[in-house]
Amino acid sequence: MTKLNILTRGIIKENPVFMLLLGLCPVLAVTTQAENAIGMGLATTFVLLGSNIVISILRKIIPNRVRIPCYIVLIASFTVLAKMIIEAYAYPIYQSLGIFLPLIAANCIIFARAEIFANKNGSINSILDALGFGAGFTLALLAIASIREIFGNGSWFGVEIPWLTNNSAMIFTLAPGGFIVLACLLAVVNKISKDNERRKNIDCKTCPNACICGRT
Amino acid sequence: MDIDFRALVVIMMSAALVNNYVLRQFLGVCPFLGVSKDLKSSVGMGFAVMFVMLLAASVTWPIQVFLLDTNDLRFMQTVVFILVIATLVQLVEVILKKYSPSLFESLGVYLPLMTTNCAVLAVTISNINNGYTYIEAVVSALGAGLGFFLAMVIFTGVREHTASADPPEAFKGIPLILITAAILSLAFFGFEGVIENLFGQ
Repeated sequence: MTKLNILTRGIIKENPVFMLLLGLCPVLAVTTQAENAIGMGLATTFVLLGSNIVISILRKIIPNRVRIPCYIVLIASFTVLAKMIIEAYAYPIYQSLGIFLPLIAANCIIFARAEIFANKNGSINSILDALGFGAGFTLALLAIASIREIFGNGSWFGVEIPWLTNNSAMIFTLAPGGFIVLACLLAVVNKISKDNERRKNIDCKTCPNACICGRT
Repeated sequence: MDIDFRALVVIMMSAALVNNYVLRQFLGVCPFLGVSKDLKSSVGMGFAVMFVMLLAASVTWPIQVFLLDTNDLRFMQTVVFILVIATLVQLVEVILKKYSPSLFESLGVYLPLMTTNCAVLAVTISNINNGYTYIEAVVSALGAGLGFFLAMVIFTGVREHTASADPPEAFKGIPLILITAAILSLAFFGFEGVIENLFGQ
C-alpha cells in the first residue's frame, strides 16, 4: 500500500463515520455547531495521532497479552493532555464540548486504529494513518454540524445567514435532528457508493472493533 | 445522615427518562444500534450496562473524593476512571465465569464492550461534575442504567417491525434504523416537564 493510500483511506474509502459507523456518540452529540465539530475533530485527531505514534514505536515492547490495557492508559493520557490544552487555549469550546472531551478516551475509532494499524506498522505509516482517519472524522463531523447549524440555528460558524435566521427549524439542533441528519447523509452515501456490509447490517459481526472485544 | 428521598427520586427519574442517556444525550449509541437486533441480546446488554454502571459509580465516587480530590490529582480523573472501569469489567467477568456460568452465558459476551462504552464513563464523570453525594451518585447510575435498558428494549421492539418494512433502496439498513431512533428520541421529549409537574420544582 502506498503512503498516499494510507493517508487518504481514512478520509473516503474507510471514513470512520460514514463507512465504518464508529464513534457515533460524539458524532451526534457535539454537532449542533460547526465550531464545536471542528474542536472535537481536532481533539480526536490529536489523541489519535499521539496514541498511534507511541503505540507504533512501542509495538515490539508491549507484550501482546496486556496490549489492550496499555492502549487504554495511553489513549486516556493523551485525552487528558488534549483536554488541558483546550481548557487553556479555547475555553468556550471546552465548555460547549463538556463531558464529550474526556469521553474521547472511550472513542472506539482510536482503539480500532491502535489495534488494527499502529500495532502492526511503523511510525511514519501510523502518523499518516492517524492524520487520514482524523481528517475523515473531522470532515464528517463538519458535514453533519454544518447541516444542523444552518437549518437549526440559521447560522454557520456563528455567522448568521440572512433569511434562515428567522426561519430555522429548531428540531435540527435537538436530539432527533441529529439522528435524522445522520440517517439522510448515510442514505446519500448508500446511493452513491458501493454496497457496504456494515451499513446494511450493523452488529458485532461487522464491527471493526470485534478483535478488541474478543468476539471474533 | 438524613436522606432526601424526593431528591433521589428526581435524580433517578431525570437520569432514566428526561435526560435519557442514549436518546437525549447520545451516550452509548454504538451498542444501542449494534446489539438491538433481538430481544434476548438487547435485554442482556441492558442488564450488563446497568450492572457495570452501578458498580462503576459506586467505586469511582470514593476514589474521586478520597484519593483524587484530597491529593490534588483531579486532572487524573479520566485515566483513573477508565482504568477502574476496565479492571472492574475484567473482575466481574472472571467472577461470573467461576461462580455463575449461566449468568456469564447471558451477560458475559457484552462485558468486554463496556470499556469502550462511553455511557459508563459518562455516568461516573457526570456524577462528580454534578457534585452528587455517594447515595445520589449510585441512584443516578441506577437511573441511567434503567434508562438505557428501557431505550434498548423499546428500540428492539420497534426495530423488529422495521425489518418487514420496505423503504427506498438507499434507506435500507442503518439509515432506517437511525430514523426509528429519531422518532423514539422525539417520543422521549414527552417526558420534558414531567418531573417539574410531579414534584413541583
